[in-house]
Amino acid sequence: MDLFVAGERKSFGDGITVAELLALENVANPEYVTVAVNDEFVDSPLGSERPLAEGDRVEFLYFMGGGI
Amino acid sequence: MRISITREAYGTLLGWARQNLPLEACGLVAGRLADGGKEITRAVPLANAQASRERFGIDPREQLAAVKALRSEGLAPLGNFHSHPETPARPSGEDLKLFRDPAASYLILSLAGPEPVLKAFGLTPSAGEGAFAEEELEII
Repeated sequence: MDLFVAGERKSFGDGITVAELLALENVANPEYVTVAVNDEFVDSPLGSERPLAEGDRVEFLYFMGGGI
Repeated sequence: MRISITREAYGTLLGWARQNLPLEACGLVAGRLADGGKEITRAVPLANAQASRERFGIDPREQLAAVKALRSEGLAPLGNFHSHPETPARPSGEDLKLFRDPAASYLILSLAGPEPVLKAFGLTPSAGEGAFAEEELEII
């Protein structure tokens, strides 16, 4: 099936989960990444078994913050 | 990594930082990858969800909306910026712990001195876990 990852169309096996996609995409430091699927944020993406579907739009967003 | 930022984009982030004083200001930077470097042509001011003089944080919903808007204009998200109202333009200890996107440049604007100082930093995974280095930055 095809997904749109960060706006780019890519092919994956049917029914892969959010957690599997994080691994397949080799997302570095995934514990600092928020995942949105079709503009909805996924709870605990690292262990998420939420299946993805044809045409889903997935975004990986790194935590952006800091301080003294 | 060599980075250029247009005067217009620099003016946007500087203006946003000054407007938010005494709080830290933040946002995204975008443009294109070119010749092994980055050309920043856009700074996108975003709210500091921490509303703090010493901390910043970008709401993921704002971040998502900004990333999608940039992409629709053909611009690549290249990193972020934040201001240090009272401290130098270098990552704080907390910054070093939390900056974890290996593809991003982290721009820090200091307003502590008589003139603003902008510097860029990035993760250098080849130098080891969590290694961070200053990137060459030119305002054009």
